[in-house]
Amino acid sequence: MKARVHVTLKNGVLDPQGKAIGHSLNRLGFPEVGDVRQGKYIELELAETDKAKAKARLDEMCRKLLANTVIENYSIELVG
Amino acid sequence: MKASVLVFPGSNREGDVAQAIELVTGRKPNMVWHGDGNFEKTDLIVIPGGFSYGDYLRCGAMAAQSPVMAEVKKRAAQGVPVLAICNGFQIAAEAGLLPGVLMRNENLKFVCADVHLKIETSQSLFTNRYQAGQVIKVPVAHAEGNYFADDETLKRVEDRGQVAFRYCAPDGTVDGTGNPNGSIRNIAGVFNETKTVLGLMPHPENAVEAMFGGTDGKALFEGIVEALS
Repeated sequence: MKARVHVTLKNGVLDPQGKAIGHSLNRLGFPEVGDVRQGKYIELELAETDKAKAKARLDEMCRKLLANTVIENYSIELVG
Repeated sequence: MKASVLVFPGSNREGDVAQAIELVTGRKPNMVWHGDGNFEKTDLIVIPGGFSYGDYLRCGAMAAQSPVMAEVKKRAAQGVPVLAICNGFQIAAEAGLLPGVLMRNENLKFVCADVHLKIETSQSLFTNRYQAGQVIKVPVAHAEGNYFADDETLKRVEDRGQVAFRYCAPDGTVDGTGNPNGSIRNIAGVFNETKTVLGLMPHPENAVEAMFGGTDGKALFEGIVEALS
């Protein structure tokens, strides 16, 4: 089974990289771009067939390592 | 005093801090590799600066899960003092030894410069050789030193006097002008609740000899020696 994990900064946490990307896009002729938030995308191959079990384990992985919950949120998506 | 300095793949200030410790104690510290979850008994644990694990995922995130850090957490809980500098601070925060987190500098730049710090308290084994309110000059060198914690955590940290150092102007004014990285409330270093763990972004180990940029950091190491002997 494959899992997709998105890690994003919590609302209210300053994202200077997102801001810089937004400014660059504005400068490049995309004035319609407003707020930009940058995050991480992590793809994992899992040796697990039970979706509920996989989700519980991924939740633990996110809390232990993949995300820092002081500043980040995470979302988990299972594929196939 | 017997000190131990942790070494991770990508650490690069372990030699500097080892030298500073030897300068004030006359003894070389024990260097402990990150895979060693059972290192010898020690009076002080130092987590040095550098780029452990190439800063992969988040600065300090991988190192915080290494075997040596599991042991450090155990010993810190027993009261063994821990000094965490720069990347060490990031590792200690990721490991949950200290509150908050270090984010990318507000201006997105790596900053390598001398900064001024205001000593918030002399009531700790790390700062007993300084006076509260004293201003010292030490260097910083980092791209992720922007301290952040949520309001609730910050209130707790402030109420309990866990802020060790704040970035300030040369005259001691704390108004953001001396803040090199955007740290919330100009925080440069914090203690844990018992003040036996100190994390700071600046490098006191690089301000211990007059020939190399001043000696304002030396009193930190002397204070530790005095408190622990």
